[in-house]
Amino acid sequence: MVNPKAGIHGWGAYIPIYRLPLSDIAKVWGWHPDQYKGLAVEEKAIAGSDEDALTMGYEAAYNAIQRAKIEPKKIGAIFFGTESKPYAVKPSATIIGEALGITPYTMASDLEFACRAASEGMRSLIGMAASGLIDYGLAIGSDTAQANPGDVLEFTAASGAAAFVIGKTNNAVAIIEDSVTFVTDTPDFWRRSSQPYPLHGEGFTGEPAYFYHIENAVKTLLERTGLKPSDFDYAIFHQPNGKFPVKVGQDLGFNMDQMKDGLVTPMIGNTYNASALMGLARVLDKAKAGQKILLAPFGSGAGSDAYLITVTDEVENRKHLAPMVDDYLNRKILINYATYARSRSIIHVIK
Amino acid sequence: MSMDLSISRFWRKKEIIYKLNGAKCKSCGKVHYPPKNACPYCGSRDLEYIELPRKGKLISYTTIYAIPEGARSQSPIYFGLIDLGITKITAELTDITDPSILKKDMEVEATLRKTQEDRDAGLIYYVLKFRPVLVQK
Repeated sequence: MVNPKAGIHGWGAYIPIYRLPLSDIAKVWGWHPDQYKGLAVEEKAIAGSDEDALTMGYEAAYNAIQRAKIEPKKIGAIFFGTESKPYAVKPSATIIGEALGITPYTMASDLEFACRAASEGMRSLIGMAASGLIDYGLAIGSDTAQANPGDVLEFTAASGAAAFVIGKTNNAVAIIEDSVTFVTDTPDFWRRSSQPYPLHGEGFTGEPAYFYHIENAVKTLLERTGLKPSDFDYAIFHQPNGKFPVKVGQDLGFNMDQMKDGLVTPMIGNTYNASALMGLARVLDKAKAGQKILLAPFGSGAGSDAYLITVTDEVENRKHLAPMVDDYLNRKILINYATYARSRSIIHVIK
Repeated sequence: MSMDLSISRFWRKKEIIYKLNGAKCKSCGKVHYPPKNACPYCGSRDLEYIELPRKGKLISYTTIYAIPEGARSQSPIYFGLIDLGITKITAELTDITDPSILKKDMEVEATLRKTQEDRDAGLIYYVLKFRPVLVQK
């Protein structure tokens, strides 16, 4: 089987400044004070009232292009993965492309596959860059995750973005050596087109969806590459909460040392399309030449990808060209439920 | 930018709004923003577009409580006078919950944000606003 290879040339992240303590959600909705403790998340990042998935994706992409050290016009495809796009019809990718100076000679589209749409964009870009169809492509994962107020999902649904410039392997900061995708029809989580908030098929969330798909994608990648979990320096999984990624990692044979740097959800909640990808951005902020990374995003509905990524010595030249994930993590303003409700349009205003 | 927005006006000015394109006078060398048809300093019409620096220093600000209909959720709006070195501009400030941090010479940087939206079904208008710099060099 042909295995086209591509490289990551730039990476970038964005986390809004506002944080809502989960204890505030529990108080407002009358949950047991310990209700959210099992999620291993204490605060969640909230986009401000002038932010949406598009503005957050713009900043992550700006950071990724700064690190890639390329003219924006060299980007030949923009894939914007989100499940909270500001327009149902009107591509966010063209607005981001215009604002970043990439338009007009580029492909541009918004992708949807719950939390793994941006990862689908990355897989597409691998083939497009390796084949020579484009010089560089931009994959962006960004979400202002929605949750029905009072639903258990509200504890973790957070806001954030991550972006990657993908191109040929030469001069890349990391080589995507191989990747696998595993999808099935699974009713674990959905949002109908006219509905503001998603629903979840309770019994399907864990084993039949998250664990089944990630484990199959990762095991297939390991078999195909002949690698063992101990061959990796980092392992990054989709992070709907702080608990699932640790359990799936341990079930697959990875340890906490391999997983800790890629775990971002315990600090800011689940940023959906940016969840695992922000973990990758944080790992690249820290990684050294020659290190091996396993990346496994997941999206409901359901599917998972598994990537084998090897870091090159070029990574050191790019780290300081844009803010790091920890710069965004350390910058925060605590808000209360009322401010969150206003900025996320939970209070219905007649306009 | 003026807060008087329309779909066509916004589309015509998107380069200026999204990329902070100012005009440099080829005659006297001065830069102004937003670009006019003639240099406000010497009257020359020989101008070229340049991208302005994305970082600058706050000179002063004002707080606006009388908010246009499409931006009510953002009230109050802080509007800054910002020194970008080659020129001074006015722009919205963002990520501010406590205006006591808005001091003269505070470093600010550009980021894309929503400025207004035409009710629930209409167009969303994105502009570059300025926020306190994320990473102090």
